[in-house]
Amino acid sequence: MNEKDFVVCFDDVTKNYQLGKVVVPALKGITISIPSRKFTVIIGQSGSGKTTMLNLIGCIDTPSGGAVEVCGEAMAMLSDDRTSDFRARNIGFIFQNFNLIPVLSAYENIEYPLLLTKTPLKERRERTLQILEAVGLAEQKDHRPNELSGGQSQRVAIARALIKGPQLVLADEPTANLDSKTGHGILDLMHEMQANNNTSFIISSHDKQILDRAEEVFVIQDGLLVEHRGGSR
Amino acid sequence: MTMLAIGVSAVSTLLFGGFVFSVMYGLQTGIVQDAGHLHIYQKGYFEYGSGDPGSYGISHYEELIKSIMADEQLNKSVQVVTPVLFMYGIAGNSARDASKTFFGWGVVPSDLERMRNWNDYNLKDTVKEELGLSDQDTEGGVVGNGMGRMLQLCDELHIKCKEKRPEKIDKAAKTVEDFSALADLDLQDKALDRSDKRPKLDLLAATVGGAPNVVTLYLNRAVGKGVKELDDSYVGMHIALAQRLLYGRGEPKVTGIVLQLKHTKDMPAVKARLQTLLSGKNGDFEIKNFTELVPTYGQIISMFAMIFTFLSLVMGAIVIFTIVNTMSMSVMERVNEIGTLRALGVRRDGILRQFLIEGCLLGGLGATIGAAIAVAISLSINAAGITWAPPNSVQPVYLTILILENPLFLPGCWLGLILLTVASSLIPARKAGRMVIVDALRHI
Repeated sequence: MNEKDFVVCFDDVTKNYQLGKVVVPALKGITISIPSRKFTVIIGQSGSGKTTMLNLIGCIDTPSGGAVEVCGEAMAMLSDDRTSDFRARNIGFIFQNFNLIPVLSAYENIEYPLLLTKTPLKERRERTLQILEAVGLAEQKDHRPNELSGGQSQRVAIARALIKGPQLVLADEPTANLDSKTGHGILDLMHEMQANNNTSFIISSHDKQILDRAEEVFVIQDGLLVEHRGGSR
Repeated sequence: MTMLAIGVSAVSTLLFGGFVFSVMYGLQTGIVQDAGHLHIYQKGYFEYGSGDPGSYGISHYEELIKSIMADEQLNKSVQVVTPVLFMYGIAGNSARDASKTFFGWGVVPSDLERMRNWNDYNLKDTVKEELGLSDQDTEGGVVGNGMGRMLQLCDELHIKCKEKRPEKIDKAAKTVEDFSALADLDLQDKALDRSDKRPKLDLLAATVGGAPNVVTLYLNRAVGKGVKELDDSYVGMHIALAQRLLYGRGEPKVTGIVLQLKHTKDMPAVKARLQTLLSGKNGDFEIKNFTELVPTYGQIISMFAMIFTFLSLVMGAIVIFTIVNTMSMSVMERVNEIGTLRALGVRRDGILRQFLIEGCLLGGLGATIGAAIAVAISLSINAAGITWAPPNSVQPVYLTILILENPLFLPGCWLGLILLTVASSLIPARKAGRMVIVDALRHI
């Protein structure tokens, strides 16, 4: 595999948090390459460092040491504004708590990333309606987040992450706030969308059922990569 | 609460500002109606001439007035050009054995009547006191209420005198300055009608040559003057009578030429043109505008401007405090949303802009509602017909709140409030824009 086949490359990445006078290491020097267009799962116990890793991959946090490269771009070289633009173009987020904008409807929440990329109105409308149909929420397009169930909210979040056609979608514990049946449905949807869109999905979870669908699995423990199951390292 | 604070600020600022404009325009209108915009004097009259008006008289003044009226540039802006003669002397009521120093205004009554109709700001006009002078009645005149009272003319001139005048304590100490004999000479000289039943005063003044001269003034009525000192000494008369008193049989002159303009805003341009015009004439002239002639005008306007500024600052401080508080709360309540938007790719300045727009909308809505309420209140007050006497005036005027009459005032206040709310939103908005994304996303 050459470099272009990897969507994320970590080179001896460390991340420390300052809690008062105490420095808490969250990542203790991780070197990892995550292949493109795969359904990848980062698994680990609570506090193992998987969310920190996802934050660094998502370019919403910066490492204390080492180098992070996402979609072929060295993050250390980008300014804050250019990092924001990079996220707007290349990365979709699915959050544990859905994080939908409460004052916007399902349609508007999904459409929002296209506003950031200055997509023309007609194209925005077509793509938004199309993806609403794909996630099975065409009927609920005008509903506000408080009028949607947990599963529906997460479907909106998935649609919002995918609408701009990103190279990479990050999902942080996407099923943690859902019952197992709904969680199954969400995982099925994500798997289907990943296959259909040929996008790289990286999911952090400690949910065992997610492993059945994973093509690549990275196990994190105490800030260190302890195991990798899959086709590459 | 925030909208209420902005709205109340808009209402109070606009209403008080509108009232200040009403005072300013009302005061200016009163002064311009009585004394015009610009006065032309012989150089030095303003500082030294009032005690010696004869020496500072403008000769051939009619020619000067004609040249002003003939000037194309001035003719467009000037409404009235009229001569005036100011003087001091002693007025005596021989019938009551009373006399008093007076300040005399010799005017052309028809010009003064025209001046009294000036209303550049379209203020609601109250019923005006009768002038009491006419071009035909060269011997008639008016006195201030206080002057009439002191000369014991309360009954004759229908002046309200609160109590009966106390008897003089030491009659012997008073030397009666009876110059009625001189006045009789004036009557003989002018062959006037002795059967005129109007109350009369004998006016004594020194002529230009220093000799005493007396004329008889028949009183038509007493008029109110806003300032007590003027009310107690004012005598208004036809300019011909004033000239006869001051110049006798000599060349009649005037102490000043009054110009009333169509619009106050033309005053600097007219003054400049007058200076050019007068520089080519014989004599050394000076031009004074009404703010120099009536310094209390500037003082009153400054006082109201200071109060308005103070009120605006207090209101501004309340708006700033309220907006900062509200926007800070808004930021705190939406930390997670800010984190989400940043993660989706919104730049720092995008978040900053979002909160500034929110502050702008809040300010715009509050200011618009406040402005609408202020206009409604002002229209109600203006229609109510409430009257009051402004400073330096006895003439009641309608209480008006001039919000819409000044084209820049309402938009200025409205825009000012919006800018203030936007500026107040800046600190919370910057705080929102600078949030660390992962911390914001972790926030519950």
